[in-house]
Amino acid sequence: MSENKLYTVSIYTENNIGLLNRISAIFQRRHINIESINSSASEIENVSKWTIVVKLTEDQMKKIIGQIEKQVEVIKAYYHTEEEIIYQESCLFKIKSDLLFEERQIQNIIKESNARIVTVNKAFFVLEKSGRRSEIELLHRELSAFGILQFTRSGRIAVTKTPMEITKMLEAFQH
Amino acid sequence: METKTIKNNEQSTSKTIRISGSEAVVRSLIAEGVDVLYGYPGGAIMPVYDELYKFQNEIHHVLTRHEQGATHAAQGYARISGKVGVAMATSGPGATNLITGIADAQIDSTPMVCITGQVGSHLLGSDAFQETDIVGISTPVTKWNHQVTKASEIPEVIAKAFYIAKSGRPGPVLIDITKDAQFEEFDFKYEKCTGIRSYKPIPETNQVDLQAAADLINNAKKPLVVWGQGVILGEAEAEFKAVIEKASLPSAWTILGASAIPSTHPLNVGMVGMHGNYAPNVLTNECDVLIAIGMRFDDRVTGNLATYAKQAKVIHFEIDPAEIDKNVKTDVAVLGNSKETLTAILPFLKENSHTEWHQKFKDLYQVEFDKVIRNDLHPTKDGLTMGEVLKEINEQSKGEAAIVSDVGQHQMIACRYADFNVSKSNITSGGLGTMGFALPAAIGAKMGAPERDVVMIAGDGGYQMTIQELGTIFQTKVPVKIVVLNNNFLGMVRQWQQLFFDKRYASTEMENPDFVAIAKGYHIDAKSVSKREDLANAVKEMMETKGPYFLEVMVEKEDNVFPMIPTGASVSDVRLE
Repeated sequence: MSENKLYTVSIYTENNIGLLNRISAIFQRRHINIESINSSASEIENVSKWTIVVKLTEDQMKKIIGQIEKQVEVIKAYYHTEEEIIYQESCLFKIKSDLLFEERQIQNIIKESNARIVTVNKAFFVLEKSGRRSEIELLHRELSAFGILQFTRSGRIAVTKTPMEITKMLEAFQH
Repeated sequence: METKTIKNNEQSTSKTIRISGSEAVVRSLIAEGVDVLYGYPGGAIMPVYDELYKFQNEIHHVLTRHEQGATHAAQGYARISGKVGVAMATSGPGATNLITGIADAQIDSTPMVCITGQVGSHLLGSDAFQETDIVGISTPVTKWNHQVTKASEIPEVIAKAFYIAKSGRPGPVLIDITKDAQFEEFDFKYEKCTGIRSYKPIPETNQVDLQAAADLINNAKKPLVVWGQGVILGEAEAEFKAVIEKASLPSAWTILGASAIPSTHPLNVGMVGMHGNYAPNVLTNECDVLIAIGMRFDDRVTGNLATYAKQAKVIHFEIDPAEIDKNVKTDVAVLGNSKETLTAILPFLKENSHTEWHQKFKDLYQVEFDKVIRNDLHPTKDGLTMGEVLKEINEQSKGEAAIVSDVGQHQMIACRYADFNVSKSNITSGGLGTMGFALPAAIGAKMGAPERDVVMIAGDGGYQMTIQELGTIFQTKVPVKIVVLNNNFLGMVRQWQQLFFDKRYASTEMENPDFVAIAKGYHIDAKSVSKREDLANAVKEMMETKGPYFLEVMVEKEDNVFPMIPTGASVSDVRLE
């Protein structure tokens, strides 16, 4: 039995209504919790790219990739280990504006974490931070001490270190 | 509709006519060669039914008595004809009643297109009268599905539906059409779909794998083939026969693979799995090369995976890459359509004999015959056995009837003892195990192959799950032969209760109605027999009757089906009693 590991799944698909249902059902049937999921445009016009993070064994991962690729609208699905990708998450913090001026430490935290102030008004200011999960969690811990009004974090987005030749693959489909 | 469909200009029709969406549905079905469809009307699909009334000379609509019956009839039609079965229903409960048949078709790889009406698009998501999210509900059990809200989408979506349902590993597709799209007029022209970007129905065959498979087969001392429905779906019966004959390969079948080669073929060593034959099950754990062809290592076939064919090199011929290594780890996977891969491997195979190995199958057959088969087919006790009914049907039909079986003990008996001398003769619910499948499926099968005798075998339990389809038989006069093997029990569950639940027969004994009177109420000729001396004449009368016929056979109340591999046991731990 191989051990559970974090895998990032990249799926290139047609942009169709209902596909989320099909993809998520594949994980749901096997009782596998999705850690994060993101769907967006890809480098190819009219082709969507999904990035899904899951924790499971490699054997399970391979079988699931097979099931995902079976879907009519899926062009190609890959799975990657942490070492094979460049990845980021993004988050927003909403914090009381008073703290920005009264707590010197907050200014230091913002500076050291490379977070960006998105907006400031009388009541609150909003910080944006992109990076690895650990960096975001560190910032969250540091700011928690002062009080966070709202916090939200995106799913992981990732690109691979090696090329993914989807355009070539699409040409092959048509011949 | 964002999916890109690749169009083949040769099949395009340039003629454009302005028609309603509902007329487009009917014209699209006709363009796909649909001559019969099964369904049940209702509010949200009425415009399409109105068009069907207009086109009734070109397309025959069969009114089943329940939407589930429509899907099983469409499955029976598809399984015997190799064409796409079509079922139609209204929105809400009409649509949800299709789900069992769709799930059955999905797991048994049956090509089917289901069309459902839907509430008007302005009402979608409002919990309108008879609104359900049928696309959401059917997603896990369809190969593809789609909701149409504009009439102009209809031809392309229906063309795609038929292409997806039939190509590659077949499966069911559902198209949901809002009522306003059915009324809306647009400029119609129809082009068949010949390819879809992102969908590759048949994977490429790797020549290296093909050669590696041939080498393993050529060097095998104790080869065993297990074939499945992939041989029939790939129309590869002749190629399959050529391969096993050239290399002299003992070949066993899964329930859906039955009939690809005749039961009497000397290399046919019987059925594998839970109630399969003794020899192929035991020898699965002795063979040195296991050659799986168009089958998916279902748990009913493999028993305990931890002990399944561990000593063997495994070759898997398969069209669906997701099946490779899903349950059983393979040494060589040969991807592709079975007709093409079996054709391609034949020249690389050496002629062989494996005489001693064949003898082992014969010896174990004799063990099974003495312990089980003799008692089933030539009983000495008073009560009728299910096996002897099958034996009688074999004799009267010369082993050429298509057998449509329901689910339970009688199904296993039918698969074990029916003679399948013509391909596509075993029509049964394999993967889902759907009680109630047989009666409507038999209607579809007879319509899909009117020239063949179609004999339905059901138990008293499953028969009553879709007994209302007697009404469809009465109305259409479709001459199916209906055999109910009545033991006044849910026999298979009772068998398990006997063997594994200390004979606590919880809710399995059935008090049954007068089945003959019910059949006669539907104006179907009917008879009931309970004595051995009456059986042959009754079966003869049934087979010779021109119209539909109902035969009830009162069988032994507490007979069991053996051999049996208990759940979780190894295939070689098969019990004979």
